[in-house]
Amino acid sequence: MRKLASAVKLEQWRDKILSQRKPENASISICGGTGCHAYRSENVADALLKEIKRQGLVNEVQLKLTGCHGFCERGPLVVVYPKKIFYQRVTSADASEIVAETVMKGHIIDRLLYIDPASGKKSNFEDEVPFYRKQQRLVFGNNGIIDPTNLEDYIAIGGYSALSKVLFNMKPEEVIDEIRKSGLRGRGGGGFPTARKWEECRNAPSSDGIRYVICNADEGDPGAYMDRSLLEGNPHSVIEGMILGAYAIGSHYGYVYVRHEYPLAVTNLIIALEQAREYGLLGENILGSGFDFDIKISRGGGAFVCGESTALMASLEGKIGEPRPKHIHTAVSGLNGKPSNLNNVETWANVPIIINRGADWYSQIGTEGSKGTKIFSLVGKINNTGLIEVPMGITLREIIYDIGGGILDGKRFKAVQTGGPSGGCIPESLIDLPVDFDRLTEAGSMMGSGGMIVMDEDTCMVDVARYFIKFLTEESCGKCVPCREGLDRMLDILTDITEGRGREGDIELLEELGSGIKELSLCALGGTAPNPVLSTIRYFRDEYDAHIKEKRCPAGVCRELITFTVDEDKCPGCGLCARECPQEAISGEKKKPYRIDQEKCIRCGLCRDYCKFEAIIVS
Amino acid sequence: MVELTIDGMKVRVAEGTTVLEAAREMGIIIPTLCYHPGLSPYGACRVCVVEVVKGNRSSLEASCTLPVEQGQIILTNSEKVSKARKLIVELLLASCPNSKTLQDMAANMGINKVRFKIKDRGCILCGLCVRYCKEQMKSGGLGFVGRGTSRRVATAFEVTPEECRNCGGCEWICPVCERACTAGNLLEGLCGGCQNLAPVETCPVCVKCSESVGPLGHKVYQ
Repeated sequence: MRKLASAVKLEQWRDKILSQRKPENASISICGGTGCHAYRSENVADALLKEIKRQGLVNEVQLKLTGCHGFCERGPLVVVYPKKIFYQRVTSADASEIVAETVMKGHIIDRLLYIDPASGKKSNFEDEVPFYRKQQRLVFGNNGIIDPTNLEDYIAIGGYSALSKVLFNMKPEEVIDEIRKSGLRGRGGGGFPTARKWEECRNAPSSDGIRYVICNADEGDPGAYMDRSLLEGNPHSVIEGMILGAYAIGSHYGYVYVRHEYPLAVTNLIIALEQAREYGLLGENILGSGFDFDIKISRGGGAFVCGESTALMASLEGKIGEPRPKHIHTAVSGLNGKPSNLNNVETWANVPIIINRGADWYSQIGTEGSKGTKIFSLVGKINNTGLIEVPMGITLREIIYDIGGGILDGKRFKAVQTGGPSGGCIPESLIDLPVDFDRLTEAGSMMGSGGMIVMDEDTCMVDVARYFIKFLTEESCGKCVPCREGLDRMLDILTDITEGRGREGDIELLEELGSGIKELSLCALGGTAPNPVLSTIRYFRDEYDAHIKEKRCPAGVCRELITFTVDEDKCPGCGLCARECPQEAISGEKKKPYRIDQEKCIRCGLCRDYCKFEAIIVS
Repeated sequence: MVELTIDGMKVRVAEGTTVLEAAREMGIIIPTLCYHPGLSPYGACRVCVVEVVKGNRSSLEASCTLPVEQGQIILTNSEKVSKARKLIVELLLASCPNSKTLQDMAANMGINKVRFKIKDRGCILCGLCVRYCKEQMKSGGLGFVGRGTSRRVATAFEVTPEECRNCGGCEWICPVCERACTAGNLLEGLCGGCQNLAPVETCPVCVKCSESVGPLGHKVYQ
């Protein structure tokens, strides 16, 4: 057993780890996060390791397969320390050169560098990359420097120092006070003040003294993967946050409710929990302080609604994951009827940072009502897809243009959907909106867990609303009438509109239905579900009108309302479109303009995609 | 005891009472579908919503699950409430037009059109049968399967469960099976608001928990 019996032992161990490390030595960090994994980054890692062995550098060069670095668009990413030389789109073939040139000689390999498409400037080092420059990566930044399966890495960056500080120098009330002063609000969507929740749970009566601390890792929004990446890349920061919270609340039992579809997150979490137990950082008598706390993992079956607190707790109890009315807070009566405190992955990961660096420092970041940073998954029609962490109050313009690098193919920005499927669409006119909890809500959207889907001029807003309502109709638990039946009828109306069967009065009916569902639903899923419809009606009413009155889809998306024709002036008669058409609807003679048979055309858009002369007109 | 105001009248009730119980005690009529005094409150149908006034703001809450609070101000029949209830009943009618209970409710509320597509699902998923089976009969043979619009009441593996004692309680308590609307040819989803006086017939669309259920009648379990 290697249990650390006191805070002094932890510090001695940390000193020992740090003394063995030589930060001036070269090390290679390769991203193994969701995006880079899909690009086969582990093959690159294998190739690098082979090369290191071949060149006999095993003792000198360290190779780390880390969690997500964030810049998923340019994966696989490799960062060579100590200079933080940044390589992107690395393949296995580059391995020998990276080891021989960059690691051994310090030479920079030009072709692997990132070139900013806007300025044409090359970036040698990670900090120079425009994608990272405007970010403030308090929580997420450590992902790139630690191996998530190695506790020593986390200890080396000051891990568990907040834990020993709290256990030996702070009373539980002082911890809650510190969190209150920091202004931390829940990162899972609601934005509820964390300290208030903790205090309510701490003070709630419990006949046998049992209280639960739960981590919500049931991230189910389409396109969102920040909680997953945190758990995969830095599980100890979440565990440490949970122990701190448990100490403040007076709980000895913790759960992490994580999606079964996140196997790597589960694996890394299991490893981290075992390590923490082995070193006495978790379990009985943590660090010899007399405080007991342990964490169990519960794997969710993938229902979106189980991210809702009462549904999550029902699922934890082994019941159907459906919400119950929350007139009595879960902090008073939650899991098994005991006081239970539920926070999101990112919220927990913020806690050690606040304890270490102080509430005063933390509360300087952000805006009046929203403190700290927020991780967003920036996806959609944007150049730099990835995970970003920015201070609260940053404008959408900065996120989309400075960090995101603007819209794909130089197209025009149209709207951004924030807050996951039940968030709202924010139009171009509000691009200078500061991103914080309250301002997003005022604009008819929400912070949610931090999804950010960027849309360009080719996006039909009615179709977008239909897509999200379809997702929510399927993911509604079906318990209460407004959410189950209301969303289904909303989907009917939206489908009719996009298929050319829209009628006068549909918009008003959608508005009435939308506000009804919001007010009448049992839980927050239904309470926010009409947001995509209501916000698109608010900002893009003209598009709804065009669909209903003129039977026209201005963005050229809704299949039933568009036709594809050939621009005779532009078509050189290459015949590519005719070869690719799955319906054989295009015919013509070589070197003469082709024709599309409207009877056969299914409006799949393949001809437009293949045409090199922009000769296919969508109208 | 807790003192609250319902529709302008002060009332004192025991702590732990729900607003619905308190209002009914006063003789105020609040329509319900998924509520039954002998079963645990469920809060699913939302027909029993009331307006809870807090200063300048107000919200709609299902009264069957809302515990009374000191100083609470409740409106059971405001414009906001009746508009919300109408929307709920309209949605329910669109998914279950053959329930006499629903048709009567619609007639009472003055609903004269169902604006939504009729999709007869034959069940409003109020969960009365599920709770009756579990809480009153201590059987638990019925449960919910699926989510969203595919949610339905079913027995495990679609066979009559061993726990079933053929009590017929599920059918008796069902607001759809027990009182089926026989008007036929519904005009825009409504029976015409005639408070259908035709004799109640057996259920054509029960919870499908027994193989013996046929299109002509409900024979309970044999």
